[in-house]
Amino acid sequence: MMHAASFNPIDAIKFTVIFLGGMGALFGLGLAYAAQKFSVKVDPKVTQVRNALPGANCGACGFAGCQGYAEAVVARLEVAPNLCAPGKASVAQQVAAITGKVAEAKEPEFARIMCQGGCSKSQKRYKYEGVRDCRAAVLAGGGDKACRYGCLGYGTCAAVCPFGAITMTEDDLPYVDITKCTGCRKCEAACPMKVIEVLPASKEVLVACHSKDKGVDTRKNCEVGCIACGMCQKVCPFEAVSVANNLARVDVNKCKVCGLCTTKCPTGAIKDYIPVRSKAFVMDNCIGCNICQKVCPVDAASGVLKQKHQIDQAKCIGCGICTAKCPVQAIDGTFNAPAVFEAAKAKKVKTAAA
Amino acid sequence: MGKLLELVIAASLVNNFVFTRYLGLCIFFGVSKKMDTAVGMSVTFISVMVISSSLSWVAYHFVMAPYHLEFLKILVFIVIIAAFVQAADTMMRKVAPALYYKLGIYLALITTNCIILAVPLINADSGYSFIDSIVFGFGSGLGFALALVIMASIREKLEVADVPKPFRGLPIAFVLTGLIALAFIGFSGLITL
Repeated sequence: MMHAASFNPIDAIKFTVIFLGGMGALFGLGLAYAAQKFSVKVDPKVTQVRNALPGANCGACGFAGCQGYAEAVVARLEVAPNLCAPGKASVAQQVAAITGKVAEAKEPEFARIMCQGGCSKSQKRYKYEGVRDCRAAVLAGGGDKACRYGCLGYGTCAAVCPFGAITMTEDDLPYVDITKCTGCRKCEAACPMKVIEVLPASKEVLVACHSKDKGVDTRKNCEVGCIACGMCQKVCPFEAVSVANNLARVDVNKCKVCGLCTTKCPTGAIKDYIPVRSKAFVMDNCIGCNICQKVCPVDAASGVLKQKHQIDQAKCIGCGICTAKCPVQAIDGTFNAPAVFEAAKAKKVKTAAA
Repeated sequence: MGKLLELVIAASLVNNFVFTRYLGLCIFFGVSKKMDTAVGMSVTFISVMVISSSLSWVAYHFVMAPYHLEFLKILVFIVIIAAFVQAADTMMRKVAPALYYKLGIYLALITTNCIILAVPLINADSGYSFIDSIVFGFGSGLGFALALVIMASIREKLEVADVPKPFRGLPIAFVLTGLIALAFIGFSGLITL
């Protein structure tokens, strides 16, 4: 050991260089050794998948963030490549291509608000003056709404939405922008009233009410609540609507989105998400089979057998039932026409091939 | 033993790094938004603090002091801490992947944090013994953890509060920190070392 009594610059520089150089070399070698000894092989596919994912870390896939899903989908066979809701079909295809799995097309899903009773249409039990958050409001005796099933309107869903898809309207109801909604279910989980359901995008006719109160009570509380009159159940041609526990519900598996129940509902509790229903018209390839006349729920179709039929534009509600039933795809104009024509074309190609 | 306890209290409460020395504010504001990140950061912070203060004590007392290289301490301590954190990061990834995914991101963040550097520097200047240094590191880590947890629990509540628009987010957090710092003045004079 050297104990220099006085400061010696030459020694100081010498020791500095030796000490720092030695320390650098020691740490460098040590880290290099550690990096080799403790190296963890990262599958390059994980990075590729991670880069393909949107990176919102929303957790809709059920894993801890995008990184967690990327690792799981690469490492485990049973994890499907189409779990990323925000990424939609394009990301599912990319992930499938990287992992060598088959991506099944998954219908997009949107958050649907199952309540239309905004502050102008519903009654309140008391004046709530607490923190403007539904989770807080619900602690005060289940919320200030007279209806115990409805949307409280303090915008918790809008606050938690990672994609900014939910905005609050002036009537204190959430509005879901379906161009931004990815169906990640964050709002569904956050809503204390459980008034948000995430449902397939094509199911555009829904009973937007969760009230299980008796019809009389629902009516007292809200102008647009389901009073369980059973009208929808009666008119539905597909037996898709049923009333149970004082509440009508659309079975999304049976519903053909004809919107007939919407037109008959006396309170307007059934919501049609198709903004404008274009009406049906008959094209020249009509063979005059009379089927449209038989299936039309509003008697809008008419015509003589073996002659071109007509559809009364004043009566037609654009339900699309005739479009779907027409054997020669001669009816166009309804919301489902492109899909029906596409399916018929595919079927024709299939039969021709066979 | 009594002296060590005093050291812990002095480092964590009386001379709390965040509220009386105003160090480590970037991390303090960065990770105090949510309770679980705050707790994760605290655990990582305490362990890194204890180990780095012991490592730098060894380097300081066995190499730097005998050879009169004290003037290099800032540089040397940064290198020691950075190398240690990097090594811990690599090893943890292999040995304890679960822990790595929980705390790994915080490890990378605190490599050159000012509190982590301040602890070995204060140890060196105050001439603490090896045990004293470790205890001081632990106490400082504890103080930072306390600050983070207090802040996170208040900020979680603040999320739903009706804060005036210009104050939302960071501004109200600074106001809060000032108020808590005022409260921490109450600890001064509790112990004089």
